[in-house]
Amino acid sequence: MKTYAYFPGCSLEKMAQSYHLSALETTRVLGVELKELEDWNCCGATAYFHVDELLAYTLSARNLAMAEKEKLNLVAPCSGCYKNMYFTREHLLRDPDLAEHINDALAEDNLRFSGSANVQHLLEVFVHEVGLKEIRAKVTNPLKGLRVAPYYGCQILRPRKDHEDIEQPRYFEELVGALGAEPVDYPLRLRCCGGALILTNRVAALSMVRNLLESAVKAGAAVVATACPLCQVNLECYQKQVNKEFGTEFYLPIMYFTQLIGLALGIPPKRLGIGSEFVAVMPAIAEARDADPVPTGK
Amino acid sequence: MNAAPPLEKDVVPDPTPPENGLSFVEEIHNLLHASVGNPISSCIQCGTCAATCPVASGGFMEHTPRRIIALIRAGFKEQVLKANTFWYCASCYQCTVRCPRGIDIAELMYGLKRYTVWKTQYQKGLIGPVFSETFVKMILRTGRSYEPILATTYIFTFGLPEMIQEAQNGTALMLKGRLPLLPPRIKRLENFKRMIRRIIPLGDSE
Ligand code: SF4
Ligand code: SF4
Repeated sequence: MKTYAYFPGCSLEKMAQSYHLSALETTRVLGVELKELEDWNCCGATAYFHVDELLAYTLSARNLAMAEKEKLNLVAPCSGCYKNMYFTREHLLRDPDLAEHINDALAEDNLRFSGSANVQHLLEVFVHEVGLKEIRAKVTNPLKGLRVAPYYGCQILRPRKDHEDIEQPRYFEELVGALGAEPVDYPLRLRCCGGALILTNRVAALSMVRNLLESAVKAGAAVVATACPLCQVNLECYQKQVNKEFGTEFYLPIMYFTQLIGLALGIPPKRLGIGSEFVAVMPAIAEARDADPVPTGK
Repeated sequence: MNAAPPLEKDVVPDPTPPENGLSFVEEIHNLLHASVGNPISSCIQCGTCAATCPVASGGFMEHTPRRIIALIRAGFKEQVLKANTFWYCASCYQCTVRCPRGIDIAELMYGLKRYTVWKTQYQKGLIGPVFSETFVKMILRTGRSYEPILATTYIFTFGLPEMIQEAQNGTALMLKGRLPLLPPRIKRLENFKRMIRRIIPLGDSE
């Protein structure tokens, strides 16, 4: 069993609890242990970088140092947290003076950053560490006929990290395919959802949400799969306001990719946090199943 | 290659004089010392950033990222600092990964935000700066972020219509059990606060 230091991040505590639940349920079935990082602190979101860069690095460095102490690599389900911690590590490794300065502060909490723990996004753990073959082998309820629009969003891909294809990534589509569902191609799959602007420039954010939903719906998606709590909340919880603002009629379920994996692994919806959403998920799933029934159980 | 496209008429043709012996361009260069991107002097004004930016292409920015760079290079400090461009930047890094000259434009936007927060020169009525400061203060107190506090500050600062909108959404989330009722705190909070004080000298942030 592979173990990771798990950094849930502030939004998973409650706002995105279904992501948290489904992450834990699915990894358990797939032989991965997510060990919650003890006493983690906020990664700083984007607000910190607006105000004080050094402080932002310090916050992320504390989390990294705690994972190092556990001798575990860090995994984050939120794309924003992932990006912050990934680049803090990169930056501190490149700039020893900065690292020293921050270590001086970390000493107040008996911690030290060395860079030995690396940072991964939860989606990467499924795709690269567990592997699609392994996932496919564990699927008991293939999501046949379900048209899923995989939504990468921004921070999981950008800025460029080291190896990945940021212009034409396919791994999310392949994951959806491994679950028996049908990945839908749509032009805005890599576009920003505007989540960071929802409080600061509502109209801009809503129009970005509208464009995305429209792009997915036009391509015939029955659900959107996300890998970030901010994107999920933004795309789902603001659909009503988008409809009001632009006179549209969107009703498109926005699911965490872990919920889709969970359903395909035969985990009951309730244990995946399904049921607390504004745009109901199960009707879309049932519709796909009815149109393309598969024998359940074996 | 091509000369920079001419600036529009609304731009006062009188660059701001240097402050403490530093020109505005130099100040911006200093601001980005930690960035791995190329200096903005290498910008060729191709407009790729403006075209790929989902916010600028939606018409929501007063000046596109390309134009902001032209203004900085021409020394139009005032116009740059009072622009909404960087406050409306969603930090999606689309411009950064597409810029043919390897300029980290998203980082420039962050830099401009920090610059205006330090100098409290941001445009009146913008929500971004207040929001960021509130957020930071909250984390300094508890180590974690807590959405309802953010919503409240937002409400107090920005009046009724937005408040109702945001409150409705907040209440709905609350009813669905998706928002915590008490702000979470980290355990080693005292250590945490001492750590923060090493980085930024703070009065007591309570
Ligand atoms: S994409 Fe790069 S080179 Fe082109 S205008 Fe923008 S900053 Fe300048
Ligand atoms: S990072 Fe900001 S400026 Fe660049 S494309 Fe995204 S929203 Fe536009």
